Amino acid sequence: MEILLIIVSAIFVNNIVLAQFLGICPFLGVSNKLSTASGMSAAVCFVITLATIVTYLLNNFLLVPLGLEFLQTISFILVIAALVQMVEIVLKKVSPSLYQALGIFLPLITTNCAVLGVAITVVTKEFTFGGEAHMLNLGESVVYALATSVGYGLAMVLFSGMREQLALNDVPKAFKGVPIALVTVSILAMAFMGFSGIV
Amino acid sequence: MKEDKIMTKLQLITKGLIKDNPTFVLLLGMCPTLATTTSAVNGLSMGLATLFVLVLSNMAISAIAPAVPDKVHIPVYIVVIATFVTVLQFLMQAFTPGIYATLGLFIPLIVVNCIVLGRAEAFANKNGIFDSALDGIGVGLGFTCSLTVIGLVREILGSGSAFSFKFIPGDGILAFVMAPGAFLVLGYLMVLFNKIAKKQ
Repeated sequence: MEILLIIVSAIFVNNIVLAQFLGICPFLGVSNKLSTASGMSAAVCFVITLATIVTYLLNNFLLVPLGLEFLQTISFILVIAALVQMVEIVLKKVSPSLYQALGIFLPLITTNCAVLGVAITVVTKEFTFGGEAHMLNLGESVVYALATSVGYGLAMVLFSGMREQLALNDVPKAFKGVPIALVTVSILAMAFMGFSGIV
Repeated sequence: MKEDKIMTKLQLITKGLIKDNPTFVLLLGMCPTLATTTSAVNGLSMGLATLFVLVLSNMAISAIAPAVPDKVHIPVYIVVIATFVTVLQFLMQAFTPGIYATLGLFIPLIVVNCIVLGRAEAFANKNGIFDSALDGIGVGLGFTCSLTVIGLVREILGSGSAFSFKFIPGDGILAFVMAPGAFLVLGYLMVLFNKIAKKQ
């Protein structure tokens, strides 16, 4: 039951893009076409989940026992950068087709704040799913990371569908490009506000 | 000759305000822009926090740039930036714990703010320490101004106050302090900026 609450909350109620404002740059940057949007979402999903597992272990078995929590920011960003590099190398060897598909998006993920954001949230924030406030354990963290990235993908795919339509319309000159996209996201965010109160 | 020099130095500081405004023209650092501008004060503090990191990291990177091998320069820059972010976290925890709690996650996330790494790559690694500091101040001020303006508009519409000074009784339009308002206000301010600054 608690796992279900985490999933619904992370995908709909606290959607990472539309409610938490993380990962906006790629959200606006690569959402012009449905195919690139889904490619980016897949890459982000992969890296967020992996990075959360590694940083969770690093934090709880190295930083906390040694009293070095203040190194979280530095060590997490290094882990993420190294991880992205490694994923790139492994994918190139193991699955060239997937590497081709994700291609340019992989290196960009290092500076996607959604990854660092989720990693820090998981180890610092107390959650109140179904009862008392508590820190997430490893299993719950993985579920949270996966659900969050599914929420990212959902927002990304919805929005890129809208933008493909928008490209065909006649938009006033000053609104062209990002401004009209932001107004569209605003309406999308309003729709997602309807989910609040479910969890 | 000397006056020319002063002019170019001044331009380093002023170009971030309108011509190369990081928020409205370059579209960098969107996440903190949207997330922390629920009020004018919050926007201002986020802007100043970024300014702090930007100036120090620009100076440090311009000092070490000649010694950094080209292949590893991005990881090195990120470590430098993350170090100053950690320093900022300590300072804010000690002196402004209230603001630190409100801005929360977005203080450590300055590490991945593209403005900071962007300036390191585009300016600091090929210019002197003094010029890099000025560049950091200029871009940081531009960012601070945009964040304060967005925060001010959202605060007036959303809670009927400006810089926590309440002048409209009642609750205001709640949606403007929440997520949809952030996107909407930024979108319309961008249109306004396009109309006025770029004369479209």
